[in-house]
Amino acid sequence: MRPLDTLRISWRGINANLLRSALTVLGVMIGVSAVIILLAVGTGSSAQVASRINALGTNTITVLGTGRFGRGPATTGTQSQTANLTTQSVQAIESPSQAPDVASVSPVVTTTDTATYGAASYSTSVIGTTPNYLAADDYALAAGSPITQLDVTNRRRVVLIGQTVLSNLFSSGQNPLGQTIQIGSASFEIIGVLAEKGTSGITNQDSVVIAPYTAVQDELTGYAPFSELLVQAKSTTALNNAATEVEDILAAQAATTVADLPFSVINEGTLLTTAQSTSSTFTTLLGAVAAISLLVGGIGVMNIMLVTVTERTREIGIRKAVGAPKAAILAQFLLEAVLLSLIGGGGGVLVGVIGSRFKIDGVTPIIAGYSIPLAFGIAIAVGVFFGLYPANRAASLRPIDALRYE
Amino acid sequence: MSVNAAADAGTVRPVIVLRRIVKTYLMGDVEVTALRGVTMTVERGDFVAIMGASGSGKSTMMNILGCLDVPSRGHFLIDGIDVRTLDEAALSHIRNRKIGFVFQSFNLLPRTSASANVELPLLYANVSAGERRRRAAAALEVVGLADRAHHFPNEMSGGQQQRVALARAIVTNPALVLADEPTGNLDTATSREVMLMFSELNRGGRTVILITHESDIAAYAKRIVRLRDGLIIEDRRLVPVQAPPPLVSAVTGEDRAFSGGVSA
Repeated sequence: MRPLDTLRISWRGINANLLRSALTVLGVMIGVSAVIILLAVGTGSSAQVASRINALGTNTITVLGTGRFGRGPATTGTQSQTANLTTQSVQAIESPSQAPDVASVSPVVTTTDTATYGAASYSTSVIGTTPNYLAADDYALAAGSPITQLDVTNRRRVVLIGQTVLSNLFSSGQNPLGQTIQIGSASFEIIGVLAEKGTSGITNQDSVVIAPYTAVQDELTGYAPFSELLVQAKSTTALNNAATEVEDILAAQAATTVADLPFSVINEGTLLTTAQSTSSTFTTLLGAVAAISLLVGGIGVMNIMLVTVTERTREIGIRKAVGAPKAAILAQFLLEAVLLSLIGGGGGVLVGVIGSRFKIDGVTPIIAGYSIPLAFGIAIAVGVFFGLYPANRAASLRPIDALRYE
Repeated sequence: MSVNAAADAGTVRPVIVLRRIVKTYLMGDVEVTALRGVTMTVERGDFVAIMGASGSGKSTMMNILGCLDVPSRGHFLIDGIDVRTLDEAALSHIRNRKIGFVFQSFNLLPRTSASANVELPLLYANVSAGERRRRAAAALEVVGLADRAHHFPNEMSGGQQQRVALARAIVTNPALVLADEPTGNLDTATSREVMLMFSELNRGGRTVILITHESDIAAYAKRIVRLRDGLIIEDRRLVPVQAPPPLVSAVTGEDRAFSGGVSA
């Protein structure tokens, strides 16, 4: 039998009961589009998480000093309590010969204090640092000018304020630049306003004021060691090398081993990797749910094919009596099942692609390149797999029995 | 197949040779013997009516002659081919090329035009679409339904449907036309019309085996074989193989000889 004739017969079989065929196709279509859309949502949310972490600055390493989040100084041995993050640490890490993969180091002293302007006051976190910090931590200026090295050296009491601080201290339309606010007991001149950055985890990154660390030490924290160092690597790929270099330098200075280092060295790259593996698990889970619906669609195809074969037993008998070999009957019904899932697959791809254009629960879906051929391929495989049994049943009917069937 | 089959009948091999055919079925645990050793030869150009009451084995006979079933023992040769050794695929091939079926209930495909129904056996013989159409049209012409080629079975009378089935049976130019109670669902007038058509086909040289339980239908044949309890109890020849069938239409018998003009 000619392939084109088989195709025509199968097509007529599908058309013989259009509503039923359409419903079967719908099952496959829902499965395929679910695979595409859910994988797109997974990929989209994964990209969103990655971009949020990127906003933290993925090429940075944070060294936390003792006392705060660090695991504290080593309690074994004799050299406890001697290790601090100091200007020596900063200078050593800044040196290109010791740490070739480091682009910049920003020492940070932090405290929380109340900022006051006129009658308004607002409790904010205060970051004392150097000019490099803004770039390293991805802060941008909405207005004004940044802190300069000269401000640091001259211990100038100048400050950059975050958007939340701005909105709490100033009424809208008021120009904060050049105004003086009180932080704690000291007065600082506002020289710039930070652009909105949003939240990172539970931290509001806009509830912040940034000033030269020298001025913060003078007026607010005293001459305590730095609470953290923000190290920027030359590139994302140099991140791990830079982390190792920083650990080595700090260990040498503290006269200890890297394992006993009294600081926490947090590599943002690891954070990204963790987040990515989490979101990839999420994507896999979504894909699995969608695959189940595709499977259900496949069972629908099988169900309908079994009904069709029973209904058309007599037709099968006639075909066999006039000389249709087993293979021709098998091909006819298998092709019918495959056509159903093929149409469902095609429609599902269309619906999936269109559906992925809409924002779903705050996530902009990104169609994963592999998902379309994957979903379409599975749909056809489902058609073959679930069509094989009914088709084989049809092909194995004995012509005498089939002709006698009422 | 020779158009002038009657003249050749003595020299060519028989269409059907049955030798001590036994067929047993297993119904549950009980073995039922439907045929107990049937021996019979059908010459080319013959018109045989196989008669018998229900349970006589004539349906089994029909299934075996039609290669829808294989005998348990004995030899069955159709056009010189022993079918007992053939597998399913080869049997389909034999059914396709050597046998044309006509059933009591017509067995046309529903929602399928007369012409497409007639084309059906050719579809499984790998005949091209154009050739299929041409041959189906010729076969419909023979049964006088050329003008109904595009009608669906539900738009035709029983007699017309059976004539479509007859066209389908001869479209492959088979060695044997096998009819199982072809008039069972037809009224007397239509039955006569259809039977005359068989007679005309036979006159044109086609070998026809008719299975029936009605003696007035069997009267159209040249030879009557009677079965009872799986055995042939009577084999009576009414008319010689080479002679025309006993009952032909007064009109067409004189003017029109069906040549079965669909030879490949």
